[in-house]
Amino acid sequence: MRKHIRAIVLTAGVVAVAILIAVVLAMLVPGPRVIVPMVTRNVSPPAELDTSATRMSSSGLYRVSFTSVIEPIPINQIHNWTLHVETTDGHPVNDAKIGVTGGMPQHGHGLPTRPRVTQHLGNGYYVVEGLKFHMTGRWEVRFDISSSARSDGVIFSLLLQ
Amino acid sequence: MKANRVLFALVTLIIIGIVVCNLRTRMSRLTTSEIIAIGALWIGSLPPLSPDPSNQYADDPRAATLGQKLFFDVRFSANGKVACATCHVPELNFQDGLPLARGIGTTTRRTMTVVGAAYSPWLFWDGRKDSLWAQALGPLENQEEHGGNRTYHAHLIDEYYRAEYEAIFGSMPDLRRLPRSAGPGANFEAKSAWEAMAADDREAVTRIYANVGKAIAAYERLIRPGPSRFDAYALALMDGDAAAMQAAFSPDEAAGLRLFIGKAQCVRCHNGPLFTNNDFHNTGVPTVAGLPIDTGRAQGVPQVLADEFNCLGSYSDADKNHECAELKFMIGEGQELIGKFKTPSLRNVAERSPYMHAGQFTTLEDVVAHYNVAPIATIGDSELEPLHLSESEIQKIIAFLKTLNGRNDVGPRFVRPPK
Repeated sequence: MRKHIRAIVLTAGVVAVAILIAVVLAMLVPGPRVIVPMVTRNVSPPAELDTSATRMSSSGLYRVSFTSVIEPIPINQIHNWTLHVETTDGHPVNDAKIGVTGGMPQHGHGLPTRPRVTQHLGNGYYVVEGLKFHMTGRWEVRFDISSSARSDGVIFSLLLQ
Repeated sequence: MKANRVLFALVTLIIIGIVVCNLRTRMSRLTTSEIIAIGALWIGSLPPLSPDPSNQYADDPRAATLGQKLFFDVRFSANGKVACATCHVPELNFQDGLPLARGIGTTTRRTMTVVGAAYSPWLFWDGRKDSLWAQALGPLENQEEHGGNRTYHAHLIDEYYRAEYEAIFGSMPDLRRLPRSAGPGANFEAKSAWEAMAADDREAVTRIYANVGKAIAAYERLIRPGPSRFDAYALALMDGDAAAMQAAFSPDEAAGLRLFIGKAQCVRCHNGPLFTNNDFHNTGVPTVAGLPIDTGRAQGVPQVLADEFNCLGSYSDADKNHECAELKFMIGEGQELIGKFKTPSLRNVAERSPYMHAGQFTTLEDVVAHYNVAPIATIGDSELEPLHLSESEIQKIIAFLKTLNGRNDVGPRFVRPPK
């Protein structure tokens, strides 16, 4: 009799495992696009998001880099950045007029402040004052740079936690 | 044979059940970014209060003592019955529980709490003041609140607080020849008397008045929020102490927190250890019948720019070349300001009904239901999008919000009038 029960339990175990495997395999039919968000549910940054602090401007005229006076970039705290602008062959750009805009592309709103370039420090370095980020998530900060009649823009992406 | 089949089915179900339950608990574990988000809300991440460069007396204990006396002193009102503490009741988390504040008359907005206000760069629902001391000076001259004027208040300081005042701020000018009531506010007689005064006298009185605000601010800086049950949960989470986490939160409260930082997106604006970004947002809160149209930040911006007590004004102690960044880089105009109001802190929110800038909602159910539906704004454009929360999810968020109650971090001698 005991042998009999053991056989039943064993068969049940095999059937249970088979059912689970069948379910997992069936999940592959809708594909990973459906399953991955179900399992992870975490909104991870798009893999291609480039958050580097040095970038070429969109038409390739300038190489631009920023450093935040406060690192890591804080949430809810107004602070300054230093911006460096140089030509592709590495000459600092000293006569640039620079406009600052930005926002959260996924939320459809801009920056909570109106930051400005307030000072040229020489050697291609500029002070950007009044930056503030009042939410975590993905931000963009855009600098429109014009010097000697050549204008170009650069967008930095930030992922703030 | 029948018994065999039942046994077979039972064992199969039990095995599947165990595997599925295991997977579910594994999946319900918080992700790294969720843990970071919760840690950022923990009260332990609240930094020490930065100095207020516009108020050189902000951290002077003598100024705080004087400020505390002024905060509770009903003599600084037209009818001798209204003090700051009339609306900012210490026992009620320094607010009044009313939809619209009541002083001499009734105002058009809800009283905001003083707790943690020192951390905000902007004061009032519309941010028409940019420091705690400038804020304190608004109600003292508002005809619906204290109903006083600055010369009247200066005389009171001279008569009742002269020694303390002079010990902090220096010698008191001779006020005897000045009118009893005079100030630039709405009262016609006081305004005429003010305009008849010499510019030097007006300056001297306004200086005393600014110092009144600076003393009150020094006191208000001591009123900070204390830890809540949520903070015990957050600390346990960061310590990886599952037992302490379970002791702190029920499964519904934990689920509510997860919704708060996830699907419901509350944390977008209610972020940081004070559960506010201290910024301005249009959330489509309904207007109130009988009240004037309230455009919020759109009317606060021109007021703070014109305010003689702002960070860049002559009564501010700030180095105007290097400080006052919030004011200098503020968004100064535009459609985007219309209908925006300041994000309030959510600490002790369950004890602070009614909600919104004119007490539009009575319960937390009303509030979360509003965010869930995201109605079109009556003024400006709402930033909300429908959340598609189920009734059970709404209840979980509310269960979580109730864990934010905690005793304020204020010494007992600061919550009553000093002797």
